[in-house]
Amino acid sequence: MAETVKLTINGSPIEAEKGALLIEVARANGIEIPAFCYYEGLSLQAACRMCLVEVEKTPKLQVGCTLPVAEGMVVHTESDVVKSARKGTLEFLLTNHPLDCPVCDKGGECELQDMVFRYGAGESRFVERKQHVDEQQWSPVVFFDAPRCILCYRCVRVCNEGLGVNALGIANRGVIAEIVPNHHDHLECDECGACIDICPVGALTSGIYRYQTRPWEMNHVGTICTHCADGCRTTLGVRNEKIIRGNNRDSSGINGEFLCIKGRYGFDFTEHPERLQSPLLKVGDGFEPVSWSKALEVVAKKFAAVKAAGGSFGVIGSSHTTNEESFFLQKFARQALGTKNIDHHRSGDLTTFVDALTDRANVLATVTDLYTAKAVLVVASDLSQQHPLLANQVRANVRHHGAHVYAVTSGPVREDKQSIASVRVEKGGELAGVEGLREKLAAEGELVILFGDAIQGESLRKLVAFGDSLGIPVKYVCLVDYSNSRGAFDMGLIPREGGMSREQMLASSDLDVLWVVGANPLKSTSLAAKNAFVVVQDLFMTETAKRADVIFPAASAYEKSGTVTNVCGEVQKLKAAIKVMGAKADLEIFGLIAKEMGPDVVKTVGIWSPEKVFEEIRKTVHGYDVSVPVIATGGAAPTMPLNGRVAALPGTVASAGDTLFTSGTLSRYSKILNSVMEAPGELYGGKGSAS
Amino acid sequence: MPTKLYNEPSPLETRVLSKRFGLENSHTLDVYLANDGFKAFLKAHEMTPAQIIDEVKASALRGRGGAGFPTGMKWSFVPRTSPKPKYIVINADESEPGTCKDRLLMEYDPYQMIEGILIAALAMDSHKGYLYIRGEYRYLLDHMDRVIAEAYSRGYLGKNIAGTGFEFDLVAHSGAGAYECGEETALLDSLEGKRGIPRMKPPFPAVAGAWASPTLLNNVETFSSIPVIIRDGGPAFAALGTPKNGGTRLVCISGHVNKPGVYELPLGFPMLKAIYEVAGGIPGGKKLKAVVPGGSSCPLLRADECDIPMDYDTLAKVGSMLGSGGMVVLDETTDMVKFALRIMRFYAHESCGWCIPCREGTTWLKKILQRFDDGGGRHDDVALLGELSKNMLGRTFCALGDAAAMPTISIVDKFAADFEKRLTVLV
Amino acid sequence: MLASYPEGRKRSAVVPMLIYAQDETGAVTPELIDEVAKRCEVAPLQVDEVVGYYSMLHRKPQGKYHVQVCTNISCMLVGGTELYEHAKNKLGIGHKQVTSDGQFSLEEVECMGACSWAPAVEINYDFHHHVTPEKLDQLIEAVRKR
Repeated sequence: MAETVKLTINGSPIEAEKGALLIEVARANGIEIPAFCYYEGLSLQAACRMCLVEVEKTPKLQVGCTLPVAEGMVVHTESDVVKSARKGTLEFLLTNHPLDCPVCDKGGECELQDMVFRYGAGESRFVERKQHVDEQQWSPVVFFDAPRCILCYRCVRVCNEGLGVNALGIANRGVIAEIVPNHHDHLECDECGACIDICPVGALTSGIYRYQTRPWEMNHVGTICTHCADGCRTTLGVRNEKIIRGNNRDSSGINGEFLCIKGRYGFDFTEHPERLQSPLLKVGDGFEPVSWSKALEVVAKKFAAVKAAGGSFGVIGSSHTTNEESFFLQKFARQALGTKNIDHHRSGDLTTFVDALTDRANVLATVTDLYTAKAVLVVASDLSQQHPLLANQVRANVRHHGAHVYAVTSGPVREDKQSIASVRVEKGGELAGVEGLREKLAAEGELVILFGDAIQGESLRKLVAFGDSLGIPVKYVCLVDYSNSRGAFDMGLIPREGGMSREQMLASSDLDVLWVVGANPLKSTSLAAKNAFVVVQDLFMTETAKRADVIFPAASAYEKSGTVTNVCGEVQKLKAAIKVMGAKADLEIFGLIAKEMGPDVVKTVGIWSPEKVFEEIRKTVHGYDVSVPVIATGGAAPTMPLNGRVAALPGTVASAGDTLFTSGTLSRYSKILNSVMEAPGELYGGKGSAS
Repeated sequence: MPTKLYNEPSPLETRVLSKRFGLENSHTLDVYLANDGFKAFLKAHEMTPAQIIDEVKASALRGRGGAGFPTGMKWSFVPRTSPKPKYIVINADESEPGTCKDRLLMEYDPYQMIEGILIAALAMDSHKGYLYIRGEYRYLLDHMDRVIAEAYSRGYLGKNIAGTGFEFDLVAHSGAGAYECGEETALLDSLEGKRGIPRMKPPFPAVAGAWASPTLLNNVETFSSIPVIIRDGGPAFAALGTPKNGGTRLVCISGHVNKPGVYELPLGFPMLKAIYEVAGGIPGGKKLKAVVPGGSSCPLLRADECDIPMDYDTLAKVGSMLGSGGMVVLDETTDMVKFALRIMRFYAHESCGWCIPCREGTTWLKKILQRFDDGGGRHDDVALLGELSKNMLGRTFCALGDAAAMPTISIVDKFAADFEKRLTVLV
Repeated sequence: MLASYPEGRKRSAVVPMLIYAQDETGAVTPELIDEVAKRCEVAPLQVDEVVGYYSMLHRKPQGKYHVQVCTNISCMLVGGTELYEHAKNKLGIGHKQVTSDGQFSLEEVECMGACSWAPAVEINYDFHHHVTPEKLDQLIEAVRKR
C-alpha cells in the first residue's frame, strides 16, 4: 500500500497517493485542471502553462501537471487569480492562432475551442499582424498548418516516445518555432496518424478526412479493424453510409488510442469502384451478373448433385470472416456436404501451439499482458511492421514500467532501441539464439514470448520446452496474420481427421467442387482440377474469383456483425458501420445456399443469425464459453482453448509477410495504403521503414 | 593578446579579481604564478570538501551571473558521494545586455578562473569541466584553448595537478548565438547538443545536470572569486562588501556616462557615486533619468530611486535586482518608448519558444511597442502593456519571461509620461 | 572534439561542429547536416532541429565578411541605431542580406558583450569597439582593399 497524503482542493478534502501529480489527483476526484501539453502516458512538459493553480503558502502559481501532492496542501483551481491566468494564457495563444474555425477540420472537437468557451479570451485585444506561414503537406496522410499549432509537443512525444519512430522534431526559436518532419519537407514514417489524432487543435490534419464533414454530422461506430490480427478497436465515423474516418480517441478497446495506418485509414477499400456488386455467373470467358436466386440455384444444385454422387469437396475459408461465419462454414462443410477437406491460409502453427500447451492454465498472454509483463521476448517477428499494437504495448511497457525486452530476429527491429539484448540469427537459428539468452531470461520474474511463423512444429515444441526449463511463469503468443486467423483455427477451419489441406485440395486433380470464401489461394498456386466447379465469395475480382464458376459479392468486416478473435485469443464484437448494397455477409450467403438446398440442410446447419451461431460456439468450441455481456458491451474476452490434444495437420504454415502498408487483398484496393507505398514499410528495418 | 585594457581603471576601484589586469602577459601561467597563483588550490587541497564549502559560505559570495544565489549553498547541493561522474560547467555565455565582464576575466586572468574551477572540483570530487563560451566570443574560445593547452603542458590541468595527484580535465565548448543558453538548464541542454530549452526544476542541476549527472554550474566571475576566498579566507572576502552580500564584483557601466567601462567595486558601493565619480558623470551635464541596475532583465530605477548602495538585498528591497552587474545609465534625452521597444525586441528574438506566455507574450508586446513607436499608439495600449507583462510574470517556464516582463512593467509604471507624449489616438 | 565528451555522448559536438564547419563551408547545407549527423551519431532530424535555434547558424551563405552591428540598449544609447542605418547605406544591403559581390553581409545583432565600449561591431569574429560611422567606413574600406 502506497503512502497516502491528505490535501484540500477547492475546499474538498482529498486523500491521494503521496507524490502523485496534482493534475491526476484532481481529475481522479472530478476536478478538471485544463492542460494542453500534459498528456497521460507521455513525458511531462510543463510548457503550455494552462494548468497553473493556486497553492496556499507559495508565492507563484504552481504547475499542476508536475506538482506532486503533499500532506496538508491547500489548492485552489478556480480562484479569480487562476481564472485570470488561464484567460491570459489563452489570450496569448490566440494572438497568432488563425481564425480558421469555419474551415478547420477540428472545429467541434477542438480542445482550444473548448477551453476558450470555458475560460474566456474569446474576444482578443490583439490588433497586430499575426505570424503566418503557409500550410504544408508532409505525406499523403499528414497535413501541417503551422499557424494553428500551439506547440504543445504532443505530436513530437507520441511519435518519439510513443511510437519509437522519431519522425517529428521542433525547429527554430521563439514565436517562429515550429514542428518539422524528419525529411526537411516531408515525412517518412509509419503514417499511423497518431500525431493527427493527438493534436488538440487542427494543426495536424488528415489528408483523407480534410474538409469532408463536421464531427457532429457523423455517427461513430466502434468496431474491430479488419486488417492484422491484433484486434484494435477502430471507431469509424460514418455519414450517409460512407465511412469518412477512423480513429480511437475514445480509448475504447484493448488498444487505447493506438491505431496504425491500416486501422485509421485503411477503410477506403470498402468503396473501391471494383467492389463486386452482384452475383456473377461464368459465361464463356467472362462473367454475367445474375440475380441472387439464379446464382443460389446453380450452386445449390451443384452441391446437392456432387454430394449425392459422392464427389469430393474442398472448402477454403478465410482469415477475415467472423467466428460465426467460420464456424458455420465448417459445420456446413462437415455435416451438410459431408467433407473433411476444410482449411484456410494458416499463418501460425496454432495446431502445435494448442497441443504443446494442452491442459495448462495461464499460458496465453493477452494484449494487456504485453503492457504489464516484466519481460518480453520477441522471436522471429518484426512486431512494429506486422503487429503494431503488440509492439506498441511492449514499447509502452518499457517506457512506463521499465520492462525488459529481448529480440531474436533475422534483422534489426525497432525493439533493438529498448532491448536488453538483441540477437541476430539466420533462419533456423532462432532457438539457438534464444538459448543464448537463457541466463538473462531465467533471471526475470516472468516472461511473455511472442514468436512468428519460423517457429513451428518441432521448433515450437522446443520453444515451449525452453520456456518450461526457465523455472519462471511463461506466457506465449503464437503470431498469426489476419483479423480472424486465430478464430479460423479455433472454429475448426482445419483439415482435422484426415481432411485435405489447402495445398492438397489445389493439387487434387479430381476435386469436384472448390468453395473459396474470403481467400485468394489461386494468386500463387494453380488449381489442378480443371473441371472443378468453383464457388467464390469475396469483395473483389481476385485471381481466384477469375477462375470461379459462380461468384457471390461479400460484405467486409465493416459491414456486418459477428465476433472475431485476435492473435492473443481475445474475442471481440464487430459492429456494422455501413450498409452495403448488393453484397451480403458471408454468413447470410451460407444460409441462403442452405435454404436453397432444402429444409434438411437448413435443419443440419441451423439458423444463420450471428447471435444464434455464437450461442452454439459458446457451447461447443473449446475455451469459448466467454462472457456475453463482456463482448456485447465492447470488451475483449480471452479464450482458453487449451483442453485436449490436437493432432498435427497436413499442409504448410506460413505468414503472408505483410507490413504496415499491406494487408493481403484488402490493401490492394485501398487507395491510401497504396499512396504511401513510396516508402513501403519493410520487414526487419528495411530501407523503407522509419528507423 | 593585447594586454592593453579596454578602458582606463578608476582609482575608486577595489581591485581584487582584476588585480592582475594590465600586467604584461597577465594571461600567462608564469605571471599568474608570480602573483599568488595556485596558492589557494594548494591550500584547498589540504582542506576537506566540507571546509572548502564552509569557507565559500562564509564569504557570502552570491552568483555573479544574474540570479545571485548564495554560492556556498549551491555547492552544498551537489551529492559528493554520488556514484555518477560529477561535472563542473562554467557559464561563459554572457549575453545579458549591459554585461561585458566575463570577457575580461577570461582574457586577462584566465588562470584565476581555472584555479577557482579546480577548487570547486576538489570540493565536488569532480574531474571533468566544460567551459561553455558564447559563440560570438570565438577569440576567447581560441584564447582559452591556448591557455588550457599551456595548463596541461605545465601540469596545471590533467593528471597530477601542481603535484597534488588531483586530476581534472577542462574542455572549452562553443555556443552558437542564443541568450537563453545562459539559463543554466538550457545551457546544459545546449551542451548536450540540443536546442537550448530550459528544463523542469526539480531535478536541479546539482542532482541531475549534464547528462543526468550531478553538475555544478556557476558563472565565470563566481569561479574567479574563489581563489581569493580560499587564500584570504571567506570572512575577509565577505568584509569587503555588506552583510550577506560579500566581496567585490566587476560592474559594467555603460550608456550615458563620460567614462563607460568595467570597474571592480565592493558590494554596497553607492550607485550615484559609481555613476558620477567612477564613470565620470553624464556627458553634457544632462540630468539622470533612469538606471538599469544589473542587465536588461531588471526593473529600471528612476533617478530619484538611485541613491542606494549596490548590493543584492538593497536592490531587491527597492523592487529591482543587482543582476549581472550590467549597469546602464539613461539621461533625460532617452525616449523610454524606444528603450522599452528595444528591450522587448531582444526578448522576443531570444525567447526559446517553449512556453506559451513568453513565446506569444514577448512578440505581442514587441508589436504593440513597435506600433507605438511608429506613431500608432492608443491610450489603452499603455495599460495593456502593463497587463500583458503581468500575465507573463511568474507564469513562464523559465525566468526569461520574467526578464522580459519586469523592465517593461517598470518602464510603463514609472515613465508613463513618455508614452502619453507619443499617443496619437486618444481613446 | 568528439572525444572530449563522455562515452556515448557524441551529440554534444553537434553545435560546435556546425559552427566550425559553417566557418569553412559558408552555410549549413543539407549535406553538412547529414555529415554532422553521421559523425555525431544522431539522426539528421536532430541536427536539423538545432540549426534554426541558434542565431549564428545560417542556411544561406553570408558574405565573406559578416558585419554585425549591435543596436541593443547600451549601444543604442550611444548611437548604435544610427550606426546600423549608416552601415546599411554604406553597404547598400539590409538585415541578413549579402552584397552582390559576396564580400559583405550585414546583420543587426543583439548584445555581443562590449557594452562599456559601445558602439560595438563584430566583423566575422573580430570585435571592434567605440565604432563611429567614420570608423566603420574605415573598417569596411580596409577590408575592401584586401
